[in-house]
Amino acid sequence: MSDFFSAFLDDLPQLRAGLWVTLEATVLGSLLALLLSFVLGLMAGSRLLVVRGVSRVVVEFFRGTSLYIQLFWLYYAMPQLTGYELSPLLCGVVAFGLNYGAYGAEIVRGGVNSVPRAQWEAAVALNMTPFHRMRKVIMPQAWVQMIPSFTNLLIQLLKCTPLLWLISAADLMTVVQQLRDRTGETLTAYVTLLALYFVLAYALTLLMNLLERHAKRRLGLGTGAGSLLRSRSAATTVKAGGTG
Amino acid sequence: MNNGFDWDAARDVLPLVLNGFRITLLATVLGTLVAAVLGLAIAVAGRAPTRFVTVPVRVVMEFIRSTPLLVQLVGAAAVFGSTEPLTVGIVVLGVHYATYTSEVYRAGIDGVPKGQWEACRALSLPPRRTWQAVILPQAVRSVLPALGNYAISMFKETPFLAVITVQEMVFEARRYGADHFAYTEAFTLAGLVFLVASYPTSLLMRKLEKRLGH
Repeated sequence: MSDFFSAFLDDLPQLRAGLWVTLEATVLGSLLALLLSFVLGLMAGSRLLVVRGVSRVVVEFFRGTSLYIQLFWLYYAMPQLTGYELSPLLCGVVAFGLNYGAYGAEIVRGGVNSVPRAQWEAAVALNMTPFHRMRKVIMPQAWVQMIPSFTNLLIQLLKCTPLLWLISAADLMTVVQQLRDRTGETLTAYVTLLALYFVLAYALTLLMNLLERHAKRRLGLGTGAGSLLRSRSAATTVKAGGTG
Repeated sequence: MNNGFDWDAARDVLPLVLNGFRITLLATVLGTLVAAVLGLAIAVAGRAPTRFVTVPVRVVMEFIRSTPLLVQLVGAAAVFGSTEPLTVGIVVLGVHYATYTSEVYRAGIDGVPKGQWEACRALSLPPRRTWQAVILPQAVRSVLPALGNYAISMFKETPFLAVITVQEMVFEARRYGADHFAYTEAFTLAGLVFLVASYPTSLLMRKLEKRLGH
């Protein structure tokens, strides 16, 4: 056990590099996912059948084919098919972004739909342009509804980043596994790795709670500081939408 | 390097992928079973009258739910090295998803009107009978669609099992891809099989959810 932790301390620079790769994949992947969520989610609310249809097909395709396969397809199959190769980290970012963007689209669609009908009507009555209506009336209210689901999605994305190990990006999991191979401390290594991910997940949850509180304040819905320490609830998870 | 999609390779790899698909299905069904039973146990334990039970249950659940399935799988396979990989995979999948299904059960149990609990007390039913005869039959009915949805997401995460050498669909696809340098065909087909299998199922679940009035 002490072998492992002394090796752990000796290897801090590598660990930091691994942690950085994991964080980079998480942050860039979720930014891409967020962008796609809004594009696809708002397209799903369009009046034009073609626009709605495109969004539906893209969402069902990326939700239906499994993240694992999408990642492997990008890493192994795409260079073979097109001769064009992405770095492992970029493969991860693109696959995470596309897959979770498809799930996020449903969150955006649900959030926008959850804004009471009267708010839309009032904005129309005030002669607001569609863009202005979305930006000033609908989105601020919808956004508050979306944040808890986005938090769940973000943690799920973080939980998928160890896949990077399989396509040989030097992420946190890769580094800790190397430590395990050198010290032979299997159980300690994996429990430490799980604990590291848990800390990361909890830190991200706290950040998202802070964001939620800020968004609620803007609507005049203040919440106590206790709400910041609250953990995620699985009941509202996007998994409940037949997803993964 | 072959450019383009090789149909001969696709014809070659399809039987292998479909053969692996049987293991994928088996793991999904058994994993769901574990998650359904264990999730119920966790939900009931979470309602225990003493904090000595509820707090540890809550902490362990939160930990399992917030950490990556892949690490749990690889770690469990390394620690229980002598056990059959498929068994390890099913148990880890089942335990991981049980932390999610337990929340579903909890919501279902919370949804049972308070009057039902009071009636049981008034009839002085013992706790066992209260759960068995009154609470669970009402709670479980509304929980079924959500359990189905978790089964679908578990199905899409079974490729993780390939990492611990369970010979399921993606394992076969990857092996064929490596042997014949035909990753494109192998992974495209595996992806299509997933799509064909999961899309109708999720449509069905959505219908079921509507019928049960969610």
